[in-house]
Order: sequence, then C-alpha cells, then structure tokens
Amino acid sequence: MMDEGTELSLTIAQIVQRLKATHLHSQIERQAKECLHRPEIQLESLKEDVRNFLKASGWERKLQNAVYRELHVQPLPSHPAAPPEHAKEPLAYMRKAQVNWEKRILKSLNSMCTELGVPLARKRPAVEQKELTNKWNEMGTDEPDLSRFRPVYAPKDFLEVLISLRNPNHDSSEEASAKSHWGLIQVPLHDRDIPQMREAYSELSLTTGQLGIDDHTHVPPDLFESEHTRIGKKVVNEQDSAAAQQYSRQGCPTGLRADLWALILNSTNEPEDVMHYEQLKAGVIHHDLLVDNLIYKDVKLTASNDDYYFVFEDFLYQVLLCFSRDTAVLEHFSYNSATPPKSYIQGKVGVEEFAVVYPPNGVIPFHGFSMYVAPLCFLYNEPSKLYSVFREMYVRYFFRLHSVSSSTSGIVSLCLQFERLLQTHLPQLFYHLREIGAQPLRIAFKWMVRAFSGYLSTDQLLLLWDRILGYDSLEIVAVLAAAVFAFRAENLMEVTSLTSAEAVLADLSTLKVMPLIQIFLFATVI
Amino acid sequence: MSVNTVPCTVKPTVTLQIGDAETDSSRPGVYVIDVTLPIGQTVNIQEISFKNYYTAYVSVRLLRRDGEGAAKWTTCLRNHCLMPSPHTEEGSQDYCSVYRQQMLIEPDNVTSVRLILRQPSSAWLNFSVEDIKIHPCLNEDSEWDIPDWLSDLTQVDQLCDLQGLPDPQTVSSSIQQMWALTEVMQTNQTTASIGRFDVDGCYDINLLSFT
Repeated sequence: MMDEGTELSLTIAQIVQRLKATHLHSQIERQAKECLHRPEIQLESLKEDVRNFLKASGWERKLQNAVYRELHVQPLPSHPAAPPEHAKEPLAYMRKAQVNWEKRILKSLNSMCTELGVPLARKRPAVEQKELTNKWNEMGTDEPDLSRFRPVYAPKDFLEVLISLRNPNHDSSEEASAKSHWGLIQVPLHDRDIPQMREAYSELSLTTGQLGIDDHTHVPPDLFESEHTRIGKKVVNEQDSAAAQQYSRQGCPTGLRADLWALILNSTNEPEDVMHYEQLKAGVIHHDLLVDNLIYKDVKLTASNDDYYFVFEDFLYQVLLCFSRDTAVLEHFSYNSATPPKSYIQGKVGVEEFAVVYPPNGVIPFHGFSMYVAPLCFLYNEPSKLYSVFREMYVRYFFRLHSVSSSTSGIVSLCLQFERLLQTHLPQLFYHLREIGAQPLRIAFKWMVRAFSGYLSTDQLLLLWDRILGYDSLEIVAVLAAAVFAFRAENLMEVTSLTSAEAVLADLSTLKVMPLIQIFLFATVI
Repeated sequence: MSVNTVPCTVKPTVTLQIGDAETDSSRPGVYVIDVTLPIGQTVNIQEISFKNYYTAYVSVRLLRRDGEGAAKWTTCLRNHCLMPSPHTEEGSQDYCSVYRQQMLIEPDNVTSVRLILRQPSSAWLNFSVEDIKIHPCLNEDSEWDIPDWLSDLTQVDQLCDLQGLPDPQTVSSSIQQMWALTEVMQTNQTTASIGRFDVDGCYDINLLSFT
C-alpha cells in the first residue's frame, strides 16, 4: 500500500534490472552503436535520432514486448516490511498447508528412492550417454521397466489437501446462515459473480463475434471470420504482444495461432534460445534423474493412451526431460507459493556449498503433468520452440493449478468459484448431487487441474486456451466447468449415485466450449 | 521510506461494544488501540506501518500538542479500507502503511496515536493489527556529530617532502577513476544465472532434505 508514484518507480527499476540481464539488451545496444554510421543520425539530435531509428526498425516494439512480458510475471511491488514469503503467499495458513503438502511429497519421493534402491540423480556412464544421444528422437520406442515406479501423487490426493484447508480465524460454526457453502472448499476467498464477469469478459458476449461460434460452417465467413483473420495477420506482422493478447480473446485462427501464442508469451526462437535448449539436452544426456522415470511413466499412462496425443510421445519426452533440468524455471518461485526441494550432493548434508535444488527446475511432476505439454504439440513442431512456449505457459499459468495459494487464478479459487457458481445458479442440481453423495467438485476437479487438457477435443481445448492467454487468467476454466454441469443438468438430476454422475460427465469430447461459456455467462437469468 | 522507528508503547486493545461485554454473545466489531510515546516526547510522523490481521477499516486519531502545550485529539484518517470485501480474505494479512501525505491534518508534535479498527463481518473470530511502528520525519538539517580525530587530520598544504613517492593529487585522481569504474561494473552486473545445476560437474544426490 505504498503511494502510486513510489510503486511505479519501483516497478520500473525492477523491470530495468531484469531486462539488463537479457540478450535483448545487448542486441539493442549493438543496434544503437551500429546505427551511428547511418546518414540520418545527426550529432546535434543524437538521442532523438537513435530512438527514431530503433522505433522504425522494430527494436522498440521488441522492447515493449519484453516489458509487457515482465509485467505479466512480476509480483506486485510489496511493502518494504513484508518478508519474501509474503510475496509468494500472503495468508499464513495457506503457506503452512503448502509446506505440509510439500513435506508429504518429499517423503514419498525419498521412500520410493530407498525402496527401489535408485538414487535421485546419477551421472550417466559414457556408453549410456552415447546411446541416449543416438536415441534422442525416438525415446518412445524404449520400453523400460517402469512397473516399480508409481506417480508421486495424483490430482485426487491434492484435492483432499484442498478440502481440508481451514482458516483458523474463520467462524465456521454450524448455524445455518445465508453464507453457508454447500461445497467442499471451506476457505472464504473472494471471487467474481456473473454480473462482474459479464463486464470482465465483455468480448465473449452474445453480440460479439467469436471463433468457436461464428466460424461454424453454416455461418458465412464474411460476417466475422474473414475480417477477424485479416486483423490477426496484421497483428502478427506488427509483432505486438499486447495487441495479440487482446486479439486472442475472440479466438485465434488455426493458421495464426502458433505465431500469436508465441507473441503473447514473448517466446522467441533466436539462436540463444536454441542454444539454451541444447544446453538442457546436454543436461539430460549427462545426468539421469529419478524424476525422468516419473515422466516416462506419466507419458506412457496418459498421453500415449490418448487418441489425439499418442503421436507426440517423443516430443513430450524431449520437452519434459529438458524442462526438469532448466534452472531458469527457479525464478518463478518468487511468486509461486511452492518452494523447490533441496538436497545435498556427496552426502554432505547441511553444508551450503554442496546444496542443490532437485530436480534442477524445482518442479516434481505428478500424474497427468505431461498433458500440459501435449496440446502444444499441435502448434509447434520444432522442439526448442515448443519447449520455449511450454515453459512460459508453465511459469505464467500452469504452476497455479497444483500449488496451494490464495491467488485468483490458483486452483483453490477456481474450485471455490466453480462451487459458488453452481450453488448460486443451479441450486437444485447442487443440492441433488450433494444428497446422492456426488459432490460436484469431485468430478470437476480433474478437469480444472489439467485446464481441461485430455478431456475436450483438441480444437475446442485450443479455443479455451486462447481465452486463458487473452484474459491472462485461469478463471475461465472454472466458468467452463460450471457451464458443463449446467449443460448436462437434466441428465444429472436423474442420477442416483456418484458413479452414474461420473458416467454422465465422462465424455466431454463432443462439447463446444464457446457456446457453453457464452450461454452460461450471458444468458443465465440472474 | 525510513527504517527509523520511534520507541513507543502499544496499549492493550479496548473493545467498543453496546451492552455488557461479558454477557453479550456476539463478538465486538470495533477495537481501539492506543500507541503512546514516552512522556514528554513528541514526534513528527512520516509513516505509520503495521501488519493487518483481518481488520476491514482503520481510522487514525492523533493527540497533538499545540504551541501552548495543550493537547488535542484530531482525526487524521477516516475509515481507510484494508479489506475491500470484509467477508473474504483479500487484504486480510497484508503489510500496510499510512503515509503523511494521506493524512487529513499535519501529523506534527504528536504524543499519542489512536487506531480505531472496524470489522463489520461476523465471519472472523478475531481481528487486530500487529507490529505497529511509527516512523518519524527525517530531519534534513540535523547536525551530525563529527568525531574529534577527524579534525586532527593534517591539512593538505602541510604535507612534507615526498621522497620519490608520486604526487598525491595524481594518485587520488586515478584512484577515483578506478573507483568510478568499479561502480559502473557493479551497476552493470546482470542477474542472469549461468544455468548449471551441478556443483563442479557433480549432481549425485541420495535423499531430499526436509528443513
């Protein structure tokens, strides 16, 4: 709560500090130096002329995009007295819950280690390194014995943790009151109701054109689709990050989506990005990690079994194994409530010079993790580009889906919002499901944790993720979950058990997401 | 923002309630906290900082001593919102500051600060503010005490013969240049990591640690 002037200066200083470390900074410096030879640069108006040159040659736009990216991932400037843990998560009881959850995961991983007699990490012998290098593009053909490995946790274990979250200062006495909540999440986080969301998601309204609705075969393309695609091409030409994000709210045309998402995420494929990816690949070749087996197992259990994604199996290994070795991911822990696991090499426990993070990126994959990457394989076929886009999506959005935090895009908020929307707008359905022992969240949780990946058909999923990027929030995932229940409400009112409720909602592959969201937000009677 | 704080006593919280405090079953919605300075001392306040714990609104009143020595209570902040939605968690555990510029009156010659906390929602069992600190204005023209030994330093023109040593002026100017260079180097340091996750090529780990 500092005054605005100080807050702005602090933000600017932080962004400048971060951008100084990037390749873009040295590129712009070099450009500025080289342009001095140009005739239009006059000594009297040097500063102005160099600035104009950078603007005309597109470098200012690149800088703008980089600043825009920093604004996305930077935590808000905090009060000087606030400790760093407060920036990760302001509420003490949530921090505690996250710490306890992490302890459980670490214990589980340690016991897997000791039981199986497999080290957490080891250096590969030269022969093995050579073998892996040769097999790099076809790791899917390998059939290692993974039967002894089990996933560290599954979404339903995490759901139990969220259900047991309690604020010790919250009055949860049993008196029936207007605020009694029928759902499983019992923490009083703030969320938006439909009138507020109608304002926030105005681009999704009934009178605005959408991809996913107005590009239907029966709708003449002149009405919306052609013009929207023309604008999309212009946005890509201008290389404007902020414009791409705004554009994405109405959906991205299939042919432009890859470029638009890369623009929104400011994900480049410059030589230094390719080099970074090669460095990570070298990390995979040199060291074998226990989490690699968890990744293999996860891919084999989920993506490989999926009709849409099994063809991308090799890509998934190439991305996820490198992801585990990427120390750049550690930066996001300053605004993630989670903390990377720590260990000591050579058994020197407690000696700080021998302390390392495990895995190097601090993220322990869980059952279904590979589904965050799978849909992206439809957009990018170059591994370094695919990697770059995935990593940015993870540090902006996906990490919030599996950590305990009070953030509005965090999984706790999404679950609470889903339950509140259902209770407010479909009270009969909610009450009925509760009575038969089928709490709606138990069914919807697995959809939301994966941002619906693997549950919707791919084209529909990509339309949903367009809006996640466009609105820079995962809130739409909770809205869609409620909309799906609203859509199948009639069938759900007939069921008499949790199993039959799950059966009604088992197959979402025929759903069209944008009409569902639009109707739920803009046609619900309030 | 200054890190100087003024030593002060935070008195125990006083509840404001209608009816008998003991027999009334509902929880109080207003608390008053008095923060007093040691007797005789006054302060010109730059900032009052605290950590919120589920307080929705805070009002601040100041007891100021005017020219004649008489003390008077005035409100300097009225119903400042700490929690935009009192039934929900937003802002409930944030670190906050009230700055001089936000106050309705000049917070000078203050002997006592009264914080009036309000929490209209019945959702919370307790509410208060913690770690209350009063930051005084920095006095620009305060005299710094110069230690005695500084004035004993020899004057420049009293320096005796150099006996082959370089001229102190050239030495000091080149040292200044080097210092300027190191300052430039320091400000240009990048925060980019190298990307290595091993320690000298070794990444053999057995177990994760819990602390």
